Amino acid sequence: MKNVTLTIDGQKVTVPENYSIIQAAKELGIDIPALCYDPNLEVVGACRLCLVEIEGSRKLETSCSTKVREGMVVNTETEKVVKARKDILQLLLDSHPNDCLTCQKAGECLLQAYAYRYDVKFREHDGAMRPKLIDTSSPYILKDDSKCILCGKCVRTCSQVDDRQVLSFAGRGYDTRIVLDLDKTFETSKCVSCNRCVVVCPVGALVDKRLMGKTRIWDAEVKTVDCKVCAYGCEFEVLSKKGKKLAVRAKAPSNGRPLCLKGRLTTELMHLDNPDKPYRKIGNKFVESSWTKAISIADIIEKINKLENNEEK
Amino acid sequence: MMTLEKLREIKEKTRPILEDRLKKEGKTEIREDGSIVLKGDYYKKQVRIALRNCEIINPDSIDDYIALDGYSALGKVLFEMTPAEVIDVMMESNLRGRGGAGFPTGRKWNEAFKYDADKKYIICNADEGDPGAFMDRSILEGDPHSVLEGMAIAGYAVGADQGFIYVRAEYPLAVKTLKKAIEQAKEYGLLGKNIFGTDFSFDIELRLGAGAFVCGEGTALMESIEGKRGMPRVKIHRTAHKGLWGKPTIINNVETLANVPIIYQKGADWFRSIGTEKSPGTKVFALVGKVKESGLVEVPMGMTLREIVFDIGGGVADDRAIKAIQTGGPSGGCIPADLLDTPVDFESLAKIGSIMGSGGMVVMDETDCMVDIARFFLDFTVEESCGKCVPCREGTKRMLEILEKITEGNGEEGDIERLESLAETISSASLCGLGQTASNPVTSTLQYFRDEYIAHIRDKRCPAGSCQALLEYYITDACIGCTKCARNCPVSCISGKVKERHVIDTETCIKCGTCMEVCPVGAVITR
Repeated sequence: MKNVTLTIDGQKVTVPENYSIIQAAKELGIDIPALCYDPNLEVVGACRLCLVEIEGSRKLETSCSTKVREGMVVNTETEKVVKARKDILQLLLDSHPNDCLTCQKAGECLLQAYAYRYDVKFREHDGAMRPKLIDTSSPYILKDDSKCILCGKCVRTCSQVDDRQVLSFAGRGYDTRIVLDLDKTFETSKCVSCNRCVVVCPVGALVDKRLMGKTRIWDAEVKTVDCKVCAYGCEFEVLSKKGKKLAVRAKAPSNGRPLCLKGRLTTELMHLDNPDKPYRKIGNKFVESSWTKAISIADIIEKINKLENNEEK
Repeated sequence: MMTLEKLREIKEKTRPILEDRLKKEGKTEIREDGSIVLKGDYYKKQVRIALRNCEIINPDSIDDYIALDGYSALGKVLFEMTPAEVIDVMMESNLRGRGGAGFPTGRKWNEAFKYDADKKYIICNADEGDPGAFMDRSILEGDPHSVLEGMAIAGYAVGADQGFIYVRAEYPLAVKTLKKAIEQAKEYGLLGKNIFGTDFSFDIELRLGAGAFVCGEGTALMESIEGKRGMPRVKIHRTAHKGLWGKPTIINNVETLANVPIIYQKGADWFRSIGTEKSPGTKVFALVGKVKESGLVEVPMGMTLREIVFDIGGGVADDRAIKAIQTGGPSGGCIPADLLDTPVDFESLAKIGSIMGSGGMVVMDETDCMVDIARFFLDFTVEESCGKCVPCREGTKRMLEILEKITEGNGEEGDIERLESLAETISSASLCGLGQTASNPVTSTLQYFRDEYIAHIRDKRCPAGSCQALLEYYITDACIGCTKCARNCPVSCISGKVKERHVIDTETCIKCGTCMEVCPVGAVITR
């Protein structure tokens, strides 16, 4: 791969030619804000927050989708860029509930972080807001449409796993929503609670319900562990507070594996002192389950017991 | 198998039959050069190239099309020209995209030609969606083969063997006509395998749009053909490089394609002799609104708006004063009456804050409120925004809310500035053309009719007398006291004695207009 040299905010950087501007900027430690961009997902250019000015280009360009070119001169925080970013953030906040005080996502929410960075505030208005549709059907995931910014990351990550593809867009314009299987719930859809969507959601629209109310993220100690269920080892995070291990959440799928509920529950069981009851989806219902059934080791345990009993005899 | 010889035979056999029929109908005249044109004042100043066969041939008859030199251009390019030569002629003609943006067709073709690929596609964009626009529909329903022939020529030029016509499902007659035309062309060996016995094969299939305006945007259109949700793609690659299913793709609009065959019949020089230097050829407009003769007009580029409205359209209906002309649909702008002498071409219209667009042309008179027009188009955009990018999805909604507030008499100081600020961000930050141009109706009316906005906001008055919420019904002293208004008022807010002037209680009045309708002497007015 050929390398190209470009200038970003006055600093020169040399990167492979297939890099996008946002990737090149990262090399320089320049953090271009973006809500819909994720290096592991298809680039869609939807949030428009990563717009930058490129010398010689009349229009603002999204740095996630624009490839670097030799000699390119990019400015990431010009007056024009900042105005657009502030307006975009204001538009998002205007549709978003003012719930940062109790939102589980606070402290990790990208919308919150960028609003702070660009000094954009909630304001009162009597215009439209996103509908207060909350899917509480799952013991694992809470989906709150009123907080959704429609970045589509959840849809993209879900569609990366061929036999899942549960999430999709529905409706259009301001009424666009993220739905499961043509507008079903977590319970009635074919969602397997792998929590890939929760991992990528930049706001509080999709949150891990088993974390809720346990700790604020800034109070927690977070340790990354590998899943031991299969050889691939997806990453999970163990959250503890004052030495007490409180919760486990999905962090990242490993190469070739998609993240799964069994892995997460097993990791909970291995690391937490007092994990919550597990649930299984039976038919279209989540039902409280025993741990042996939840991580489907009932048969194995029975067999082990039998074998060991025989040996003892 | 079709041969050039056979094509000539069909032409010679059918032409006299067609002429006989046309003579009997008496709507056309045959000129000395053999061309057939429609008679009447409405057509006198028009130059019909894209619409050359419309209302003349029977659209269901491929023979009729052949009688008027149809498919001769395809024969010519296949036997006499290399693909590179075909592209050269298109570049020379400088035919620019009639879908609105005016991108040179030859350059588009050339780009797709350059790329080596196992598959290339030609797409005809027939997802005409601007409110009040029906140019493409008329071509598809009146002369479908001109589009098919244009696509086949494009296919030969760039090396594509598959074409798609993306046509909106709301055009059932166009779909039916196209299906029949494709069937006939295949039967004749003018589409399908080994056209004219050469090794060039080209097939065309229809794809029906499901009613989303945004699917007229090229990348959303391709997503839709691929079976995905119709949302525009972020432009990492050019469509001519990686388009439909990642293959080099040409998307041309219906009217553009209808222009293609005749350019090869008559040559690039002939084409460039019509219109202006930078915008050669003609443009079809859907002339509608407050104009005496509404309908489709095709005129050489560079004709002034005044000529189109007054010389062809016969002037403003009811002989009212013309106030503005809206061109370019929801992406366009309102041009005030004092700019009526602007020539119609891509550059001139852009310079005055509007666009050529696909060809909508709405004439407005003094009773049309410009704020309400802006609101109407914004309402359309909000409805049709796909919801993918933030500025368009959220921003147009907020602009519409402000405009609604203003037309309802609740406008506040600062609203105009907020509109302008939002317009700037939406146009500079949106993902696709829909969002980037969505605020044009607002910015152009603010540019030329700012006073009207101010009147709505400060004086709570609609100068055009069109915004219902700002109207007041009033009975003048022409009242003869017949009591008819009072008897018909659904909320009984009119009082007065027999044979005395009546009075409307404006507090109670619901502005339904019944009193105005029933008054025998026209004493009820709005003010």
